[in-house]
Amino acid sequence: MMATTTPSGSGANSTHGAARKLPALPSTTLTKWLREMHLIREFEVRCMQSYQEKKIGGFCHVYIGQEAVAVGCTAAVNLEDPIITAYRDHGHALARGMSSRACMAEMYGKVGGCAKGKGGSMHMFDRPHNLYGGHGIVGAQTPLGAGIAFATKYEDEVMNAGRNRRVTLCFLGDGAVNQGSVYEAMNLAGLFDIPVIFIVENNGYSMGTEISRGTTMSHELTIKGRAHGLKEATIDGMDVLAVYHDMHELANWCRENSRPAFVDMKCYRYKGHSMSDPRKYRTREEEERHELNDAIGKFERTLLDHAVVTDASIKEIMNSTREEVRDALKFSNESPEPDMSELYTDVFVEPWGRFTGSSLPEFMGGAANACRFHATNGKEGLV
Amino acid sequence: MSRSNSAVLSNPLFREPTLMGGVTHEIEFRDAVRDAMSEEMRRDKRVFLLGEEVAQYDGAYKVSKGMLAEFGERRIIDTPISESGFAGMAIGAAAMGLRPIVEFMSWSFSLVAADPILNNAPKMLYMSGGQLGCPIVFRGNDGAGGQLGSTHSWAVEGLFSNVPGVKIVIPSCAADAKGLLKTAIRDDDPVFFMESERLLSIKGHVPEGEYLIPFGHALVRRVGTQCTLCSWGRPVNFCLEAAEILAKEGIDCEVIDLRTIRPLDLPTVVASVRKTSCAVVVDQSWSFASPGAELASQIHRHCFDDLDNFVHRVHSDDVPTPYSSKLEQEYLPNVRKICEAVRSATYRA
Ligand SMILES: Cc1ncc(C[n+]2csc(CCOP(=O)(O)OP(=O)(O)O)c2C)c(N)n1
Ligand SMILES: [Mg+2]
Repeated sequence: MMATTTPSGSGANSTHGAARKLPALPSTTLTKWLREMHLIREFEVRCMQSYQEKKIGGFCHVYIGQEAVAVGCTAAVNLEDPIITAYRDHGHALARGMSSRACMAEMYGKVGGCAKGKGGSMHMFDRPHNLYGGHGIVGAQTPLGAGIAFATKYEDEVMNAGRNRRVTLCFLGDGAVNQGSVYEAMNLAGLFDIPVIFIVENNGYSMGTEISRGTTMSHELTIKGRAHGLKEATIDGMDVLAVYHDMHELANWCRENSRPAFVDMKCYRYKGHSMSDPRKYRTREEEERHELNDAIGKFERTLLDHAVVTDASIKEIMNSTREEVRDALKFSNESPEPDMSELYTDVFVEPWGRFTGSSLPEFMGGAANACRFHATNGKEGLV
Repeated sequence: MSRSNSAVLSNPLFREPTLMGGVTHEIEFRDAVRDAMSEEMRRDKRVFLLGEEVAQYDGAYKVSKGMLAEFGERRIIDTPISESGFAGMAIGAAAMGLRPIVEFMSWSFSLVAADPILNNAPKMLYMSGGQLGCPIVFRGNDGAGGQLGSTHSWAVEGLFSNVPGVKIVIPSCAADAKGLLKTAIRDDDPVFFMESERLLSIKGHVPEGEYLIPFGHALVRRVGTQCTLCSWGRPVNFCLEAAEILAKEGIDCEVIDLRTIRPLDLPTVVASVRKTSCAVVVDQSWSFASPGAELASQIHRHCFDDLDNFVHRVHSDDVPTPYSSKLEQEYLPNVRKICEAVRSATYRA
């Protein structure tokens, strides 16, 4: 079993600025992260507006404040490493490469959305980018995340008779830590050497419940992973460089050793839980204190100090993200509503099963005894 | 099949709000639910409320607003997001004689607690040979309509009404919500009480003073002669709307609000169908093996010679709930579908 790791990144109180070393990465990569963080923030701000204008319905949870987590974690792994998360999922989708258009149009309930408007804000799926949802039920994605990692490992080791190549990032909230399924998932992952990282986006609250009111040992959350033999890390989620650095190291370790890990990712959500949350459970001072520690601002200063960006290039980034989101909104407005027939598609791959066009098994009389059927999707074949 | 309404109503506890006359006040559905809980908590110390965000946050839908202030944190209890754990815990407490009210923020989340609520609560009395029961109320938001997508839009009555040992209450208006919930809290068996988030802000007249509504006691919401519409919960309101439209077309509908589907008030339904010779069942759960299917089957059995047509049924479409508003509105057992079913059932299509 693995020993406890001390994350090499800084703790929650790390120092930032000029003294901070940049990772040995091309400056274009660093600028890309900055742009992604700006994009998510701009996207979410406009998403809130659209919700107010009633263009978005249902439940909608924005990611403002936590941008460094999705961006840093995604950057730390490869595109072939799967990602699965909860309902606060727009940031992960964008960081993973889903287009702003597809993400916004999904919330507008339009055909241009990633699921043709059938999934909504809480259920973002993007198979080509290895994003496996967006899950609305708290904790639901954790066993699924273990299963996704089980599958990649199985494919690599059993089907391809090679070494495990991939690691799955499974995000969950601090509130989700109290779902029983999370413990079952961790035990299974520990037991079966599953390369999955359970990343607890610990923003301190589940709805109006401050973590210590709902969770035992909240001051030492990693103990929950340790109990199941998971490698553990505590990471400052308000610092994209720390997130990248620590997650990169951890992901590589999990991949190489084919083992699970548990991350207490310390962060803060600036806005309400969802669109209808007056945030009476915390003070504005507390929020302001956290906003002073804003991940985007900090990263910008670091990049300025290292002359990776200039004021002008930052302005350019902001203009381009604003333009991208404006385009996404326009696209979403103009994208048509799904056709009524979409209500009935995607329920089954094939309502009548796999026997389409094939013969009956011998004991049922064989092909001569087959009868025609008409599937609801208009297909026909032989049973 | 016969059962006298007046016998039930003569019980001083059970008073039918529509027959009470007298003074009423207008409150939201959510206030009615809260008043029922608060009144019962005042009269019985064994009653307590637990669930996610019910205390300090005043409830995710503000149903329990102010209850923490009145009853304190020993009786209004915030839980972590651990449905299986806290539902099971409450069942254990109920078996010991306490009377918990468990709020599921949404009944959709009760699926996480399926084992305790379906395998423990309804079977405790039976498996113990009558030694210990489970006087507990599970309540929360149920049904689609708010664009919450596939995972959050369950009409769980479709699943749970199959289970012996549970009582299922689905009120359609504020007055019923209050009277039925008070009855539920005093009931000695597990009661699943389903509220529609879509109804919570709708106001209704509620009688002054204490009243309870018996289970298995349907209410004729609209008297008519040509077709009996049977429903429960939010779709009752769709039926009433449809009945107005159909009246203009010359089809006179009777609308029956079943209020509880377990127990199911068949006598009221049968009496109505014998009069109208036509029945349409409207149920927001999926059609296959649903409470609507059960009711239709019962009507066929008891009114076989009276019916002019087979019992038509209106349900949510047999697909997971879509997010898109356009698709979701089409998915629901909406007014248009009800009108079409009635026209077809009365040969006016
Ligand atoms: C099983 C289940 N119970 C309750 C809910 C309602 N709910 C949605 S989000 C949430 C709070 C979750 O908080 P956390 O896990 O900390 O994630 P965060 O919102 O902070 O990202 C609750 C109670 C749900 N979706 N699923
Ligand atoms: Mg949280």
